[in-house]
Amino acid sequence: MYVAVKGGERAIDAAHAWLAEARRGDAAVPELTVAQIREQMTLAVNRVMTEGSLYDPDLAALAIKQARGDMIEAVFLLRAYRTTLPRLGASLPLDTAAMTVQRRISATFKDLPGGQVLGPTFDYTHRLLDFTLMAEGEAPRAPTAPIRDEPVPHVTTLLDQDGLIEATPPGEAEPGDLTRAPLELPADRALRLQALARGDEGFLLSMAYSTQRGYGRTHAFVGELRIGLVAVELFIPELGFSVEVGEVELSECETINQFMGSKTEPPQFTRGYGLAFGQNERKALSMSLVDRALRWQELGEDDVGAPAQDEEFVLSHADNVQATGFLEHIKLPHYVDFQAELELVRRLRREALPEAAE
Amino acid sequence: MTDAAFNFAYLDEQTKRMLRRAILKAVAVPGYQVPFASREMPMPYGWGTGGVQVTAACLVPEDVLKVIDQGADDTTNAVSIRKFFVKTAGVAVTEATADASIIQTRHRIPEHPLTEGQILVFQVPIPEPLRFLEPRETETRKMHELEEYGLMHVKLYEDIARHGAIATSYAYPVRVEGRYVMDPSPIPKFDNPKLDGNPALMLFGAGREQRIYALPPYTRAISLDFEDHPFRPTKADHACSLCGSATSYLDEVITDDRGGRMFVCSDTDFCRSRREAAE
Amino acid sequence: MNAQMPPPLLTVRDLTRTYGSRIGCAEVSFDLYHGEVLGIVGESGSGKSTLLSCLAGHLPPDSGRVVWDGTTDVLALPEAARRRLMRTEWAFVHQNPRDGLRMGVTAGGNVGERLMGAGARHFGQIRAQATDWLERVEIDPDRIDDRPRAFSGGMQQRLQIARNLVTGPRLVFMDEPTGGLDVSVQARLLDLLRGLVRRMGLSVIIVTHDLAVVRLLADRLMVMKSGRVVEQGLTDQVLDDPQHAYTQLLVSSVLQV
Repeated sequence: MYVAVKGGERAIDAAHAWLAEARRGDAAVPELTVAQIREQMTLAVNRVMTEGSLYDPDLAALAIKQARGDMIEAVFLLRAYRTTLPRLGASLPLDTAAMTVQRRISATFKDLPGGQVLGPTFDYTHRLLDFTLMAEGEAPRAPTAPIRDEPVPHVTTLLDQDGLIEATPPGEAEPGDLTRAPLELPADRALRLQALARGDEGFLLSMAYSTQRGYGRTHAFVGELRIGLVAVELFIPELGFSVEVGEVELSECETINQFMGSKTEPPQFTRGYGLAFGQNERKALSMSLVDRALRWQELGEDDVGAPAQDEEFVLSHADNVQATGFLEHIKLPHYVDFQAELELVRRLRREALPEAAE
Repeated sequence: MTDAAFNFAYLDEQTKRMLRRAILKAVAVPGYQVPFASREMPMPYGWGTGGVQVTAACLVPEDVLKVIDQGADDTTNAVSIRKFFVKTAGVAVTEATADASIIQTRHRIPEHPLTEGQILVFQVPIPEPLRFLEPRETETRKMHELEEYGLMHVKLYEDIARHGAIATSYAYPVRVEGRYVMDPSPIPKFDNPKLDGNPALMLFGAGREQRIYALPPYTRAISLDFEDHPFRPTKADHACSLCGSATSYLDEVITDDRGGRMFVCSDTDFCRSRREAAE
Repeated sequence: MNAQMPPPLLTVRDLTRTYGSRIGCAEVSFDLYHGEVLGIVGESGSGKSTLLSCLAGHLPPDSGRVVWDGTTDVLALPEAARRRLMRTEWAFVHQNPRDGLRMGVTAGGNVGERLMGAGARHFGQIRAQATDWLERVEIDPDRIDDRPRAFSGGMQQRLQIARNLVTGPRLVFMDEPTGGLDVSVQARLLDLLRGLVRRMGLSVIIVTHDLAVVRLLADRLMVMKSGRVVEQGLTDQVLDDPQHAYTQLLVSSVLQV
């Protein structure tokens, strides 16, 4: 005999307890510390900070631990935490030209002021499993070189001096804030960049890749990719001057794209921009390609109907916390709607096949 | 009781003020979707974040809260949301529809008639009734602005042409006070007549889509139809196996693997109170 | 203007639209009277499509005036009123039926949409009118529940015409309605259009590069070149005795073919 389902509350509590146990895994294996994740899973931490819109390596590492390595779940944890934080103020715009670079490469000039700095990159490694890591062998220390004490100007600034690249679009107005105002479309570029910065790395990668394969091609060159530390300054009205409150590690990518000119503009190069917390090259590159593809209207280019050109499509689907929530909500009960559909299909079948009806 | 680490009902007062402004606007323009800056909540998008924010903005310490999902108080998501408010607001909770001052619901309107002063908060996945006819937000907003609703009827026309009947069985669109076409959230169309002229305030929150809309008390909400194919609320043609009600909306339960099934009230409070009254 | 003469249905004065420094159309003026068919001809790039887009409200002109029915300043209308005009008293037949039809909606739904947009709420009546209109444009009513995808190009174009005329508009804009169709299909469509225009007393502005089309349909003709009207008059007059050198060239080039 059927008994109305009861015990949802007990089921939830038990499931949570089981989850905690599963998270810990085999108790004979030492537990990961948050510091270990922060130091040794750095790129995971960077991604969680970027998409979680919160620069805090410790909390990001904690989120990864709590989420059992599920990156989107970790991003979600960080976002939910961030929402409740009070806003103390807004920093001054970061001066990425003054970055202390750990890595800085340009694909457009062989050498340039500030030089090419390869830095810690997978780029030229051979992707062979390193079994010494399994044996927990100590990594040898990397050689060092004296610090090059010279400014590292942006490549685009150098091109700008010759008028070869579009002027930096004016941006004095205070940018919108996606976390405090609903996204209204069409969005301006500042708001688009904000949405892309929070957007899912995989989604942006696929969008950027699609532009390279011809769905809204933008002929991108990596003018520059730079990774390093940048000072964060806060203007304190009571003091009347700004104070450095800390440093953040950033990856910044500026692409240089072909542009044929228009009625009002002579031919010149155009820009795409990407920025991410920590070392996060794939995200910064992807973001800059998608940013450039979305600018077709402003630059008077043709709408070729490519997904990456479609602002509403890209911005509405880039956020993985929204996407995964909505996707996974179909696990929730839908008895009531399904019942309504059952009734409908039965009725339509009765009408369509009167002889089959009982 | 309340966890001191959180503000009352979780959200900070600024956020609640923002939400209340959106709710007031929604009440002032019935059926119109008001954009609002949805916050990340500690539950996933699509699981009631819109409803939770609306409830949080409405709650006062004296409130008595009821939370249902699929009409039932004991489904896991209803339990989870109720626990959230018990923990963050410390309000009294109930399963009795008549005793509740605020009811948060997913997919149902309770069977027990609502009364003046009650607030029914719906969780909404896709607030835009035109969305599956026109995927662009910029275009659908224009269609609402200009009252261009011909396309909505084209959909119903196509249903009848193809199936002989309107093939929308839930999330059935209504016209509010002769102006905005509104998605009532995925309630079965059986519940649609309860939207029309209801004495309670009905609020709809869509967190992921950042929209709030409302049906103030006693607002006209007419289900779209054709004169010669009028709207018909439907339910399973049975009576509840537990309480015997022939008028309530029923869930179908499969009892064995030989085609055995039974029908029971989807509204657990309604069913239980009928059984208690019969004893 | 004398007292017996009703005001023009559409009055156009000095309509100008530029694209940067390039002229789309410049200083176009004309009157269109009730029941009149006006043909606009010219080679591609002559500005005839820009003019049509400006008249139909698809493109805002830079300057000029468009007055509907003697009183309504079309360019000053708020968008809601303009759109209402476009789906009730005006109609637009696109060159490519895909631009004017909903390809995923049945033939009946396509024809019925304008009726429903105008407030029709009786399924049986909407369907009866759709059936009637399919017959009028020579489409087998048995195909009322088929989607346009399953139709030939000529049928799609006829369906688009039915969809536009079902609400009895007073003014129809047509942009190369026979373009992209085979010659034999064109002839049948033209015949159909001529019959409908005469029976319904429609006013039509039709843009085409095909002089045979205007010869058959248009009462009056405007010849455009480089965005400007170089000659206008009664169709037969313009075609048989062209005054402007460009019109002469246009007519002679057709004759040579």
